[in-house]
Amino acid sequence: MTAASTSRGSLRRRGIFGPNLADRAFRLGTFLFASAVLALICLLAYQLVHASRPALRQFGWSFISKSAWDPVHGSFGVLFAIYGTALTSLLALALAVPIGLGAAIFLAELAPRRLRELLSFLIELLAAVPSIVYGLWGVFVLVPVLRPVEVWLGAHLGFLPFFQGAPYGIGVLAASLILSIMVLPYITAVSREVIQAVPVTQREAAYSLGATRWETIRGPVLRAARSGIIGAIILALGRAVGETMAVTMVIGNRAEIPTSFFSPAYTLASLVANEFAEATGELHIAALIGAALVLLVLTIFINAIARLLIWRVTGGHRRVR
Amino acid sequence: MTAVRHHHSSVRRARRRLANTLMWVLATLSALAALVPLGFVLYYIAAQGLPALNLDFFTHVPRPVGEPGGGMANAIVGTIILIALASLVGLPIGLLGGIYLAEFGANRFAGIIRFAADVLSGVPSIVIGIFVYALVVVPMHRFSALAGGVALGIMMIPTVMRTSEELIRLVPASLREAALSLGATHPRTVFKVVLLAARAGVVTGVLLAIARIAGETAPLLFTAFGSNLWSARLDQPIASLPVQIFTYAIAPYDNWHAQAWAGALVLVAMILILSAAARYATRGRLRTVL
Amino acid sequence: MTRLTRWLGGLAVVLVLVIAGCVRQPASGRRQAPAQRVTLNGAGASFPYPLYSKWIAEYAKVAPDVSVNYQSIGSGGGIQQLKAGTVDFGASDAPLSDEEIKAMPGPVLHLPAAAGAVAVVYSLPQPAAVGRRQAPALRLSGAVVAAIFLGEIARWNDKRIADLNPGLALPDSAIAVAHRSDGSGTTYIFTHYLAAVSKPWSDRVGADKSVNWPVGIGAKGNEGVSGIVKQTPGAIGYVELAYAVQSALSAAHMENPAGEFVAPTTAGVTAAASGAATAMQKDVRVSILNSPGAGAYPIAGFSYILVYREQKEAARAKALTGFLNWAIHEGQVFAERLDYAPLPAAVVAINEQALKTITVQGRG
Repeated sequence: MTAASTSRGSLRRRGIFGPNLADRAFRLGTFLFASAVLALICLLAYQLVHASRPALRQFGWSFISKSAWDPVHGSFGVLFAIYGTALTSLLALALAVPIGLGAAIFLAELAPRRLRELLSFLIELLAAVPSIVYGLWGVFVLVPVLRPVEVWLGAHLGFLPFFQGAPYGIGVLAASLILSIMVLPYITAVSREVIQAVPVTQREAAYSLGATRWETIRGPVLRAARSGIIGAIILALGRAVGETMAVTMVIGNRAEIPTSFFSPAYTLASLVANEFAEATGELHIAALIGAALVLLVLTIFINAIARLLIWRVTGGHRRVR
Repeated sequence: MTAVRHHHSSVRRARRRLANTLMWVLATLSALAALVPLGFVLYYIAAQGLPALNLDFFTHVPRPVGEPGGGMANAIVGTIILIALASLVGLPIGLLGGIYLAEFGANRFAGIIRFAADVLSGVPSIVIGIFVYALVVVPMHRFSALAGGVALGIMMIPTVMRTSEELIRLVPASLREAALSLGATHPRTVFKVVLLAARAGVVTGVLLAIARIAGETAPLLFTAFGSNLWSARLDQPIASLPVQIFTYAIAPYDNWHAQAWAGALVLVAMILILSAAARYATRGRLRTVL
Repeated sequence: MTRLTRWLGGLAVVLVLVIAGCVRQPASGRRQAPAQRVTLNGAGASFPYPLYSKWIAEYAKVAPDVSVNYQSIGSGGGIQQLKAGTVDFGASDAPLSDEEIKAMPGPVLHLPAAAGAVAVVYSLPQPAAVGRRQAPALRLSGAVVAAIFLGEIARWNDKRIADLNPGLALPDSAIAVAHRSDGSGTTYIFTHYLAAVSKPWSDRVGADKSVNWPVGIGAKGNEGVSGIVKQTPGAIGYVELAYAVQSALSAAHMENPAGEFVAPTTAGVTAAASGAATAMQKDVRVSILNSPGAGAYPIAGFSYILVYREQKEAARAKALTGFLNWAIHEGQVFAERLDYAPLPAAVVAINEQALKTITVQGRG
C-alpha cells in the first residue's frame, strides 16, 4: 500500500494523483519518452532545411509553384510531385477507408469468434508483405490485369476527364490501388480493435431501447470508437503519403501533372527514392532534400486540416484529438 | 387513426430492418474485398518463392550467380537482430509515449506531441534513413546494425504510440477507479490493470509496426548497409532480408529472382509466426460489465 | 507475476543473450598466425554487382583472411560513401567530374574494372518470315534513336527507320518509349551517346544520370525497363546487356562510326575498349562511346572502382591492392560468362600502373 500523504490543498491542486513520488516519476518518465517524438521531428525538420538550403535559396517559391525536373540544366520545381502525392494518397484512402471500415465492422460485430481471429490475423498479414514485393507484384500481376480494365473504363466512361488517355496500365490508378491494399490492414486492424473495445454496456443500452444491430453500431459504438478510427485513418494516410518502393514501380515516374487516372505521375517520396542514391551534384541533392522537406510540410498541412475538420465535426468545444 | 399509425410504424420498422440487412451485406462484402488482394499477393509470393526454398536457403550465405546452394541465412539472422534493436528503440518511446498521451493527454503540449507523431508517420522511409545516416553513421564513420535498428525503431513509433493511446483510453473508468480505490499508485494502475486490459489492442499495434519495418529496404541502405558475409556485430554492416530481396530482384538473373521471392516468403512467414506467438501469449480479451 | 510480465522478462533475457552473443567476435579468424582478418567494404553501382560478387567469392578462396562486402546502393551513393570515409572503395558507372574530384578529401584513382554495353531493346511482333527462319534484327542509327526518344519519330513505319531496314516489314503502330526513372549509370552512358550523335538531343536534354525525358514512361531499374518492354507491344527501351540477354529481349544492331551495324555483345565492347586505350593513358576517364575500330559497339562504357591514392592503414591497403590486382588479372576470366566484357590488355596495364601509386602514410 502506498502512503499517499497529501494535504487537502495539494489534492485539489493536482487531482487525485497527488504529489506521490511514484506518480510524479511516472508522469515525468512517460513525458520524457513522449517528447522524444517531438524532438525527433524538430531535429529532422532542422536537418532537412539545412541540407536543402542551396536549392531553396536558388529557386525560392518557384520550387513549389513550378513543375520541372531537369538535373542536367539545374531546373527544379516539385509542383507535379505535390499533385501526384495528394492525388494518389486521397484516391487510395477513398478506396481503403470504406472497405477497411466495412471489414472492421464485419470482424468486430458480425463474425463468429473463431472466424474473427483467423480473418483478423490474415488481414494483418497484408502489413507484413515488404513494400518492394508489393511493387514487384504490381508490375507483374496488377498492371497486366489493369490494362484491359483501363481500356474498358476508357471505352465506357471516357467522357469523364479522369478516364482519358493511353491505357498503359502503369499510372495513377495502379499506384492508388497498390497503396490502398497497403494501408488496408492499418485501417481494418486498428478500427476493429477500437470497435471491440467499446464496452458491452453501451451496446446493451441501445438494444434495450429497441435499436437494430446497424443502429447500435452507427450510434453509440461508432461514436465511442470514432477517435480511434480517425487515428487509424491518419496512420493510413501517413503510410500512403510516405510510401516509396511500391509506388515508384507502378506510377510511371513522369515529371508532369497528371491529367487523368491513367496518366503516369510522380510522388514526392518516389522522387527522392529514385534519384537520391545516384545524385552527385550539390544542387541536385539539395533539390531532393527540398522535395523531402516539401513532403514534411505537406504532411503537416494535411494533418492540420484533418484536425480542424475533426474539431468542427465533434463540436468545437470538445477536446481535439 | 390507429391503423394509420400502425402502418407508419410498420413501414419504419421494415425500413430499419432493410438497413440492417444492407449493412450485413456490405460489411461481409468489404471483408471479402479486403481478403481478395491478400489471397492474390500471398499466392503469387508462394508460387514464385516455394520452388527456390530449400535447406541451403536457411543455412548458407549468398553465392554468386550461377553457383547453386546459395542462401539468405545471414539475412534472416540480420533481420531478427534489426527487429530486436528497433523494438528496443521504438517500443519504449511508443508505448510509454502512448501511455502519457492517454493518461495525461488533455493539455495543449500533448496535442502537439500527438501531431508530431502523426507527421512522423508520413515521413518516407528513405528520408528517415538519410536522417539516421547523418545522425549515427557519419559520427561513427561506418555503417552499422545499430544505425539500422535506430532507423527502423523511429519508424515504429507513430503506429505504436497512436494505437496504445487509443486503446488505453478505451479501458473503462470503472477499472481504474477500482484499482485506485484499493490504494494503487498511478503507475501501478496503468501497468498492472489498464495495460493488461488493453493488451490485445496494444499488441496489434506493435505487430503492425513490426510487420511494416521488417519489410523496409530504403532506410537500411544508408544505415545497416547490407552484407553478404556472416555478421552479427552491432557496429558493422549487417545483412537483412529486405535489402537482399531488393538486390536480387533488380538483377537480371532468373534464379536470383526466385531467391528474392523465397526471401519474401520467408519474411512473411516470420512475421506470421511472430504474430501468432504474440497473440497466443496475450490472449483473452477483457469483457467489461460496467 | 502475471503472464505478461513473465513473457516480457523472457523476451528481455532472449534479447540480452542475442546481443551479448553477437558482440563477441567469431574466434575462427584468429587462428591464422600473422595476417589478421580484414573486411573491406565497398559500395556503388548495381551494374557490376553480379561480377563483383563472383570476384569476392573466388577471391575468398585465394586469400581467406580478406573478406569483401560490396553493396549496390547506386553510383552516387558509392561516391558519397567514399567521400564520407565509410567504405574502402566506391564503384561508379560514371567517372568523377573535375569538380567532384576537387571536392574529395584526397586524390582518387579511377580503375576501370569492367565494361558493359547498353542495348537498345524493343518488342515488335515478329513479321512473317520471308524465306528465312528468323527475322533479321532491327538496325538503328544513333540519330534515329535520339529522334525516337525525343518524340520526333512516333511510329514504327517511319521512313527513317524503314530506310535502315529494307528487309523488315514494320507495322504502322505507335512507339511506346520506356526510360529509367531512377538515376543510373546506364542512363549516363545512354544519354552521353545520344548527346554525342544528335545535336537536338544535346541542346534540349543533355546527358547525366537522370535527365528530363521528353517522352515516355519511367520505370525503376533495368528490370523495370525490361519488364515494360517485354509486356508492352511496340515498346523500345535501353538496358544493360545482361538484362537483354537474360530476359531474351530483341536488341537493335547499332551503327558505329565505321558504318557497321553491330549487335551488343561482349566482343563488341572489348573492341570499343581497345580502341580507346591510347587516349586513356592521359586521362583514364575517357569515354569509349562511339569508339573507332572495327566491330566496336558504339554504346559501351566502363564501370570504375574508385579508391583513394593515399590509404591510412597498412593492413587494409595491402588487402585492398591485393584484391584489386587479382580482380584486373585473374578476375577477368569470369567476366564473359556474366555478360561483361573482359578488359583489354592495354587497360589492365594502365590499372597496374595506377595501383602501384597507392601509398600508405606517404610510403608505397
